[in-house]
Amino acid sequence: MKEFSTVGKSEWKVDGASLATGRAAFTADMDFRDLLHARILYSPHAHARIIKIDTQKAKSLRGVHGVLTWEDLPRIVHTTAGQGAPEPSPYDSFLLDNKVRFVGDRVCAVAAESPEIAEKALSLIKVEYEILPAILDARDAMKPGAPVIHDEKEAQQVIHTPYDPSKNMAAHVELNIGNVEGGLAEADVALDYEYETHYAQHCPLEPHVAITYLDENGRLIIRTSTQVPFHARRIIAQALGIPVSRVRVIKPRIGGGFGAKQEVLIEGIPAAFTLKTGRPVKLAYSREEEFISARTRHPQIIRLRTGVKKNGDITAIDLGVIMNTGAYGAHALTVICNTGSKTLPLFHCLNVRFVGDSVYTNLPVGGAYRGYGATQGYAAIGIQMDEMAHAIGMDPIEFYKRNHIQVGEISPIIQALGEGREGVEQSLATCGLDECIERGAKEIGWAEKHGKPKEGAIKRGVGMVCLMQGSGIPEVDMGAATIKMNEDGSFNLLIGATDLGTGSDTVLAQIAAEVLTVPLGKIIVYSSDTDMTPFDVGAYASSTTYLSGMAVKKAAENVRDEILSVAAQMFNVSKEETTLRNGEAAAAGKKVSLSRIAHYSLYEREQKQIMGMASHIAHQSPPPFAAHFAEVAVCTETGKVTVVKYVSAVDCGTAINPVLAEGQCEGALLNGISFALTEEYLFDSRGRMLNPNFNYYKIFSARDLPEIKTILVPTFENTGPFGAKSVSEININGPIPAISNAIFDAIGVRMRKSPFTPDRVLKALKGF
Amino acid sequence: MIVNLNINNQERQVEIKPAERLIDVLRREGFFSVKEGCRKGNCGACVVLLDGSPVNSCLIFAARCEGRRIETAESLGSTENLHPLQKAFLDEGAIQCGYCTPGMLLSAKGLLNENPHPAEDDIKKALDGNLCRCTGYVKIIKAVQKAAEAIGKTR
Ligand code: FES
Ligand code: FES
Repeated sequence: MKEFSTVGKSEWKVDGASLATGRAAFTADMDFRDLLHARILYSPHAHARIIKIDTQKAKSLRGVHGVLTWEDLPRIVHTTAGQGAPEPSPYDSFLLDNKVRFVGDRVCAVAAESPEIAEKALSLIKVEYEILPAILDARDAMKPGAPVIHDEKEAQQVIHTPYDPSKNMAAHVELNIGNVEGGLAEADVALDYEYETHYAQHCPLEPHVAITYLDENGRLIIRTSTQVPFHARRIIAQALGIPVSRVRVIKPRIGGGFGAKQEVLIEGIPAAFTLKTGRPVKLAYSREEEFISARTRHPQIIRLRTGVKKNGDITAIDLGVIMNTGAYGAHALTVICNTGSKTLPLFHCLNVRFVGDSVYTNLPVGGAYRGYGATQGYAAIGIQMDEMAHAIGMDPIEFYKRNHIQVGEISPIIQALGEGREGVEQSLATCGLDECIERGAKEIGWAEKHGKPKEGAIKRGVGMVCLMQGSGIPEVDMGAATIKMNEDGSFNLLIGATDLGTGSDTVLAQIAAEVLTVPLGKIIVYSSDTDMTPFDVGAYASSTTYLSGMAVKKAAENVRDEILSVAAQMFNVSKEETTLRNGEAAAAGKKVSLSRIAHYSLYEREQKQIMGMASHIAHQSPPPFAAHFAEVAVCTETGKVTVVKYVSAVDCGTAINPVLAEGQCEGALLNGISFALTEEYLFDSRGRMLNPNFNYYKIFSARDLPEIKTILVPTFENTGPFGAKSVSEININGPIPAISNAIFDAIGVRMRKSPFTPDRVLKALKGF
Repeated sequence: MIVNLNINNQERQVEIKPAERLIDVLRREGFFSVKEGCRKGNCGACVVLLDGSPVNSCLIFAARCEGRRIETAESLGSTENLHPLQKAFLDEGAIQCGYCTPGMLLSAKGLLNENPHPAEDDIKKALDGNLCRCTGYVKIIKAVQKAAEAIGKTR
């Protein structure tokens, strides 16, 4: 392994000290004069047409400065999904509409001098609805005669892909490789089961918040908690019918996103009020609004058929998915694509079929959520692999080792399945999975614990699963960086990339520092401001380190080149004879510091700004790999499942900052465990979410924490910066299958429907 | 109405509305480290120390704080002079987005005020009301242990 000076070190986060001292400014941490507060009225009905909205009383309330209904806004169809253009998500949304499609859909909005007045104004608004029949089960959505949720004429797909709102079909995907029926016929054992994953929410500690205002030139400034500042700029301009040049989006510190803030969800409403009133307007979601109205993890119903030979060869995989996208099609196509494309390539098997339907229902809207369809896919495949191994009496570890993709293989699935378009041919360059499996198994004590008889009322078991994800979207995502040099030898690093708490500002600064041979403190990072920084697609698809990191590396190399030219001029030698090391340029036995070089180029001879700029797109999406091992204790009297220990061994290439990389693993993993065991949307019979708070929607706290062990297994990915691949998403995919498999090891019962709550486990145990 | 508050060792007279919550008053006074995550007492993002003990400032009426001592994360240390807890959080990677951090730090400080040598379970219990969605708590707990050790050494 190569030696680096900053890369590979667990440096403090560049924004760490300001965060630790409470000084760092998040979106709402700023005073605005004459600030108005926007509030939204939500639909109490799952499906209804709005006949009339009487806003008269609200408008005449003192302190109210505006009410918006669908009649006050241009009717511009768009998608809120926050993706690149043209978006693969259907255009089926308006800022406000004359129809509501789920409990929690927007009806109208008010802006007032205080949140209390705004709240009061909402209570004065009278809405007359024509209630329509609703679809509350994804299985009913495509039945003939089902109510049509998107009957508006504007609903459309802007890319070439199947879309039929008259059948509530938001997306459809099909893939056929080899001969599945032949493969199944050849199998010694064929399995066919249904799995189901549930609604859940990202729960970033900071709910969505945006403040909009006009600058002195009348441009619209949007200060917002977003993962995608550049897409937000484009989409807000589109939805309001104003030019992109009139909009500036600034992302300050943000309090977590996990996909929730890829959605361009709330900015349009305060922006419309600001344009109308000329005043700054703030819209901050409450936790309850976050649950009922923001995005969720798309639930899936998965039918999985596989065939396996006695020797352990998988002969066929047939994956059928019905995905509930809720009332709007945000990420309806790409999430379901990922359910296949981030799971199936893990295996050698060449007889593969994948058919997926994303369907509209009158339930909360799915969106991007860490794991992005792969989480749901592994909830089926990760369990059925264990079932296959069990059926032929093979240790799951041997089974994975035999079946997982190897270096040099080209997966026909990755090639066929892109995100809303064809994928890209790529041959696997690195895979640390075998080492992950070995080290993880040792850490959990697999050989001593798996498949052993259990005693007592509380039974222990171990389970494992292997995973892959991607690193960005090849030939689609682009990141760019600018670096300029200052006379004290420091550098401004300007990046469009979006740090949502992940530490990407730090990781990208480390990459720049490494190339420029300076300590991290010499890099001043400014990110995610559409007026000031170059473009970047934003923080999603596990792309920032791998993709934006390469842009930073290239930009820094350009700067290094310029530094060397100036130094060569100073030394009166050729550039080729000059080297840069430890913040000094050297040639012919002479040395000169970076600050001296900068000073020279800014003030002395042939003056110029030393700076570099680069863009990067990737032609590959090298998968990170992981092996997860869970040890659980199952109480056979109450059905309660406790995770005792959880081990994740992860190949993310080079960890640019190991402590931050571990943090990504641990955070994802605990979110995954909490999702597998306790987090769940509960609905009443009319589609209303019943538990929109942390009291009844239980996310894990410190006390619930099992023993967690993270093992980073290094590989070196040549196409990534200093060998890096991605790390942020993969680890959320393991807990459902690993825990389900561990429950089976403990009590001999297969849990195929998440979450594994005590009542579900008990029911399964009692056989009903 | 007017209340007298001692915020971070400074006496302040603050104009408030009768039913105003402490979180809103503190933020209006510029103590933006006090974060809001739920307004229901369920997340701990708004934790401050009231006479040395951690409380959820979203559940407390400012009017009830007359004459009392309030500490926010701004008082812990500065960038140049970090509190051992802040330093340990940075060393251990216990901060990701940092939204939960002020509350976590103050709950941890409240714990160390009471119990300078907490066992792992004591830390988990003390931080139970502070949710963090980013870190998975592993590094936060370790940071509190490290800080306790560091403070112990300087005593
Ligand atoms: S905001 Fe006070 S506990 Fe959540
Ligand atoms: S660091 Fe983001 S919530 Fe704790």
